[in-house]
Amino acid sequence: MTATARLEMRNIGKEYYGNRVLKGVSFTLGTGRVLSLVGENGAGKSTLMNILFGMPVIHATGGFDGEIRLDGEKVVIKSPEEAMKLGIGMVHQEFMLLPGFSITENIKLNRETTKSSFLSRLFGKSMKWLDMPAMKHDARESMDAIGLGIDEMLPVKGLPVGHMQFVEIARELDKKNIRLLVLDEPTAVLTENDAEKLLEAMRILTDKGISILFISHRLDEVMKASDKIVVLRDGEQIAETTPSETTIEKIAELMVGRKIESGEMRGRPVSSIRDEYILQIKDLHVAMPGESVKGVTLDVKQGEILGIGGLAGQGKIGIPNGIMGLFPSSGDVLKNGLPVRLNDARFALDNGMAFVSEDRRGTGLLLDDSIEFNIVATATQIQGKYMTQGKIRILDSKGMGKYAQQLIKELDIRCTGPSQLTRRLSGGNQQKVCIARAITLAPNLLFVSEPTRGIDIGAKKLILDHLVKLNRENGLTIIMTSSELAELRSICDRIAIVYQGKLEGILLPADSDRDFGLMMAGEYHKFHEKEAV
Amino acid sequence: MKLIQKNIVPIVFIILCTIGFQYSGLSWIFFANDLMTRLARNSFLVISLIIPVLAGMGLNFGIVLGAMAGQFAAFITVVHNLTGIGGFFAACVMAIPFAILFGWLTGILFNKAKGKEMITGLILGFFANGIYQLVCLIFIGWLIPISNKALLLPSGVGFVNTLDLKIWQYAIDKFYVFRARGIDIPVLKYLNNINIPVLTLTIVVLLCIAVVLLFRTKLGQDFRAVGQNRHIAEIAGIKVDRVRIIAVIFSTVLAAWGQLIFLQNIGNVQVYGSHVQVGTFAVAALLIGGATVSKATIGQALLGTVLFHALFIVSPLAGKNLMGSAQVGEYFRVFIAYGVIGIALALHAWQRLVKKQ
Repeated sequence: MTATARLEMRNIGKEYYGNRVLKGVSFTLGTGRVLSLVGENGAGKSTLMNILFGMPVIHATGGFDGEIRLDGEKVVIKSPEEAMKLGIGMVHQEFMLLPGFSITENIKLNRETTKSSFLSRLFGKSMKWLDMPAMKHDARESMDAIGLGIDEMLPVKGLPVGHMQFVEIARELDKKNIRLLVLDEPTAVLTENDAEKLLEAMRILTDKGISILFISHRLDEVMKASDKIVVLRDGEQIAETTPSETTIEKIAELMVGRKIESGEMRGRPVSSIRDEYILQIKDLHVAMPGESVKGVTLDVKQGEILGIGGLAGQGKIGIPNGIMGLFPSSGDVLKNGLPVRLNDARFALDNGMAFVSEDRRGTGLLLDDSIEFNIVATATQIQGKYMTQGKIRILDSKGMGKYAQQLIKELDIRCTGPSQLTRRLSGGNQQKVCIARAITLAPNLLFVSEPTRGIDIGAKKLILDHLVKLNRENGLTIIMTSSELAELRSICDRIAIVYQGKLEGILLPADSDRDFGLMMAGEYHKFHEKEAV
Repeated sequence: MKLIQKNIVPIVFIILCTIGFQYSGLSWIFFANDLMTRLARNSFLVISLIIPVLAGMGLNFGIVLGAMAGQFAAFITVVHNLTGIGGFFAACVMAIPFAILFGWLTGILFNKAKGKEMITGLILGFFANGIYQLVCLIFIGWLIPISNKALLLPSGVGFVNTLDLKIWQYAIDKFYVFRARGIDIPVLKYLNNINIPVLTLTIVVLLCIAVVLLFRTKLGQDFRAVGQNRHIAEIAGIKVDRVRIIAVIFSTVLAAWGQLIFLQNIGNVQVYGSHVQVGTFAVAALLIGGATVSKATIGQALLGTVLFHALFIVSPLAGKNLMGSAQVGEYFRVFIAYGVIGIALALHAWQRLVKKQ
């Protein structure tokens, strides 16, 4: 390693609206080296990259603490443009390619080679001609460097995802001043074969002296590719290590390792719940953008609290949304032995299923209506509750108000009264209203999706406690989807982990951090196969 | 089959125009001459819509403001009695600062209403019309002194309804008129005896070439990049807001010139009415040519202008001959103009929905 590091992050901290998401992260990355950042969703990786890339979202929310040094020089990065000028390149998680442009045009986007024209002398640079042959030549060069042998004039639309990823890397490589390349989960969408090629391409880049910051959930790749591994958890830097000093299972443990006292786990032993199934899911596919489910088979026992966990984008949220008919889905789902008609929200609601959506403000609430109306809205539509009897049925405002009062008390919804608009409530109280509405349907199966996302600790506890109470006192079966593993482990009886749209396995809350970490990274089976051998 | 599916809109309109022409009983010479006049008169306005479409801002209903800029320039030439072809080009030059100012303001507004540029532009047209009327009806003769009282209403404040533009009527249309005679080739002989306004068409052709060339420059590439995906363009360091404003300014300036070409053919200006329909008619023409909210070419603009105005010419007479009333044809024409806009927008929304899924 050279004397001064290519990149040095010193004591980086960041706060979003009083919520600390990064605390004192420091590391160095040498020239031509690969540093991997690993951690769960919400561990702070994206925030860290946004800081490094000068994304507007960082500076619009009050900047950050600490300092960044590039080749020993302190830098202040205020915009993506400045980051690019400093030689920082980024391959984003989602493709940053224009589908209607050719590969060449994409590689040269906003860095087009130009020739001066008559008009450019009059009106400045923007009227210069594009020099297509020169652009093609440059694109070809970068593509050859990483072994991408396809025609440089093909439109990006219709390319296989593997190729798109390589086009992105070729684009970064084409920036001649590039010193540091950030790869944000580049292999997430690749087949194993393509991922292998990508790791090779990374070696070609580091041989040229480019340093790489690599973010990946695939731990085996992390072990293979990196010189250094930094583990983040809840915005804190938990460990800095090298592949030779550690193992996949150790990293998995570090990633998840949130101390949960066994007393906090309220799940019951599996044997105490009878093997009677309220819901049997077979080969469920759900086309939910960003959370697609690709063939999940899962049985839910009568009276249990089942958790569904997994990293963002792996499809856990798609499961309840698919069964409840909010996104197009296919497969066989039986409820109490009878087939469920998919793609029909009305059917789901009519058959005792209720859903608390993860999209609180979008799907969950009628923001410009009162708390009381929000609470009864679905029940009036589906079951005719809180409507006057007779030929012409109108809303029974008295009964509705009374009922709302009762629930406000029960769930401790902090508000000025039942007629307050839900838009004005805090996130936690909005969530309570959502739950109240689901309960009003008197369901026997309740889906709860990300119930504590963006909610303060007090409200979180109350909501979780109430879910347990509903389960224990009313025998309500609950399927809870959450990105927060700790929360799932604290109240669930069993936890299903979803990886790449499929069920990876089912764990008990008391299982080890290591197993949870491995399952979420999709390494569990590979690992245990090895162990068995 | 796919070719038909892709071009279904223009095909339907070609059929409609053919049927309409049959029933109108018009002679070919009359029809062709009228159509040529209208093509020269209107195509510039339609072409002015192309740049914002490719920059991802949809159909720029805000070209009404460009038309206003053109009319302000026209008023100045009338007040100062600038005549002939010199007067016309003076108007074109004077329209530029107005159009740049209006386009800049429109662009700023569009940037605040990203994704809703079309409805914003439509409503902006109505709002701008109010201000335009305030200027022409109240400020003229009061805050802005006009020496020639014949241009003002009897009260001495505000322009009269119709201003005569005889001073530069046909300045470019009749600069050089070409009329073919004695062509004896089977199909081409239909071109005989059609008055071709050579200078006007030359200007339109030059504009078309300029637009094509524009998209070969850095700026044009930026337009296309922003049009495809604002977010990606921004990450690549393109100043998206600025590029969008420039696109609107281009469109507004072209629309101002387009309106002046239109007026020099008509020979007078309805102070309070000439600009009102400009946006909707140009948009309808572009859509009839087969363009969509996100894709438009010069060929589509020209074809659309021809078809839209062919329908304009034949429908009142066809209506009269078929239903016994010219009004029916007129209704039909208005129905078509707005209907095609509605259908195109609905199709676009539908396609986007399908794409999302």
